[in-house]
Amino acid sequence: MADPVLSIRDLTVEIPTRHGILRPVDRVSYDIAQGEILGVVGESGAGKSMAGNAVIGLLTPPAHIAGGEIRLNGQRIDTLGPRALRRLRGKDIGMVFQDPLTSLNPLIRIGDQLTETMLTHLDISRKEAEARAIAALDEVGIPGAARRIDSYPHEFSGGMRQRVVIALALCAEPSLVIADEPTTALDVSVQAQIIALLKRLCRERGTAVMLITHDMGVIAETADRVAVMYAGRLAELGPVRDVLTKPQHPYTHGLMASTPLASRGQARLHQIPGAMPRLDAVPDGCAFHPRCPAAQARCTASPRPVAQDGAAACWFPRIKQEVS
Amino acid sequence: MTDHPAPPKDLPKDPSRLRIALQSDFFYSFRRSPVAVVSAVIVLTMVLAALFAPLIAPTNPFDPASLNLMNGFTPPSTPNAFTGDSFVLGTDDQGRDVLSTILYGMRISLFVGLAAVLFAMVLGISLGLLSGYAGGWTDTVIMRAADVQLTFPSILVAMLIFGVAKGVTPVEYRDQMAIWVLIVAIGLSDWVQFARVVRGATLVEKNKDYVAAARLIGRRPGAIMMRHILPNVLSPVLVIATISLALAIIAEATLSFLGVGAPPTQPSLGTLIRIGQGFLFSGEWWILFFPAITLLTLALSVNLLGDWLRDALNPRLR
Repeated sequence: MADPVLSIRDLTVEIPTRHGILRPVDRVSYDIAQGEILGVVGESGAGKSMAGNAVIGLLTPPAHIAGGEIRLNGQRIDTLGPRALRRLRGKDIGMVFQDPLTSLNPLIRIGDQLTETMLTHLDISRKEAEARAIAALDEVGIPGAARRIDSYPHEFSGGMRQRVVIALALCAEPSLVIADEPTTALDVSVQAQIIALLKRLCRERGTAVMLITHDMGVIAETADRVAVMYAGRLAELGPVRDVLTKPQHPYTHGLMASTPLASRGQARLHQIPGAMPRLDAVPDGCAFHPRCPAAQARCTASPRPVAQDGAAACWFPRIKQEVS
Repeated sequence: MTDHPAPPKDLPKDPSRLRIALQSDFFYSFRRSPVAVVSAVIVLTMVLAALFAPLIAPTNPFDPASLNLMNGFTPPSTPNAFTGDSFVLGTDDQGRDVLSTILYGMRISLFVGLAAVLFAMVLGISLGLLSGYAGGWTDTVIMRAADVQLTFPSILVAMLIFGVAKGVTPVEYRDQMAIWVLIVAIGLSDWVQFARVVRGATLVEKNKDYVAAARLIGRRPGAIMMRHILPNVLSPVLVIATISLALAIIAEATLSFLGVGAPPTQPSLGTLIRIGQGFLFSGEWWILFFPAITLLTLALSVNLLGDWLRDALNPRLR
């Protein structure tokens, strides 16, 4: 396999507070190859978005990267100065935000937002940028792109706006797109379209995608590989088929078992007992052990198990066991 | 996805800008508010009258050649006992036509008011944006300075600045400097509310995703503030600016009344009121009354316009 577009090793993000240091991202490692879609799933507060923000350098102080490394196309970016980082990340990373209502400047015509982005990062003339902006809108399925280019964001519906945001994220030809819950704010009927669009465009261009979501359905449909996060840690990482059908980590297993499935015909949904620990009270050892049905003495003690590609962060992984 | 049906060729042409403006909700709410229409007409008339004062005014009150001391203390619309000249609003002790002094005085009052608000606006918006966007100690320093300024009356700030400026200006330039010092003094005592409002709005806007997106594509902080945040925080600024204008005009009148504002050679409405109040109890009421009524009408109209603007721009009251 060629060099991955994005490579994260032992990434740790810390937030110092008066109750001690919180680690919303704790020694997380994963790679995303060219043209690959990596789904990052987990509950709210599991550190999915925080990891994404660390990659694009948009962590808001006091949160900061405390360890590990991030490489984009082989170049280390977590140690770059703000100026070099600004140049690099804008060009190489596109971002699709959760809420299309706030991710477009309400007072700037969408055409101008597109051309501005392109002119900043591509060496092209204004005319060319405008032509490309129209092409980009056309490509994301906005009818009458040449006319809509002069529209303001409020003249679009939520789904249409998210299409514009996708065009915006892709127009500077980035090698990586980070989509942070791109469909959460949308109607269910539109969600599938948007996901399909994102998938198709990234496939065509060979863009790597980090798809952050808590929707297992979206992951199953879209992602090539999936990273499951729990309490800031990687619980499991592997090809989407393996993780979804043969989860090794008891947490993933619990998650899958609690997904409603028509074929299962169960009266009540399965539940994982308890709740994810608060970040200031992550237990020693495996963070999941208080809720884990298979926990043993070793799970409660340091050092904790760390996930590798294809190997869950569990001392006693469930091997080759289909979710019933 | 290029297989959309082509848009029909005979699409209606985009309406003109005037048409868009006339059909806007904004204009609709204006037309529906009689108070707003009346005050707008009054303000507009007064601004035009002030602007074209040299053309409208019966005499130039500041040209000594046109003055006749014999005309002093002529009551309104009554022929003078000695010269037989008649003045609509009467004359003052020097024989200057009160109507003309009011027209010229409004020029000074409006100019000082507008310039002071503009100055306060530029200062307040810049500091507010910086404060809200940068945060941290920059924010603390600017906002504490604003708090300190609010602990004493703005008129005191203005008088202090005025006094200092008067002290350092050579005597022969004092009269010319007075207007500019007034502008700076009123502007400096007025920037706080602009800064506070802009800072508050900036705090909201800067956490929206489009600002994150702008940062992501590598926009510099200065460019983000000017291009992305500033236009989105302007509507409350517009409201404050209007209401500040009324306050600035009153502040200017107050300072001039107290004798620290516009000099008698360039009298503003406030100076005219100060001159007039000396004659109030000796029966020459018109020297005070007409400038005072003018000031009141002007300030009230601007204020009412500001009130309407605040309601019109507030989406919750639509």
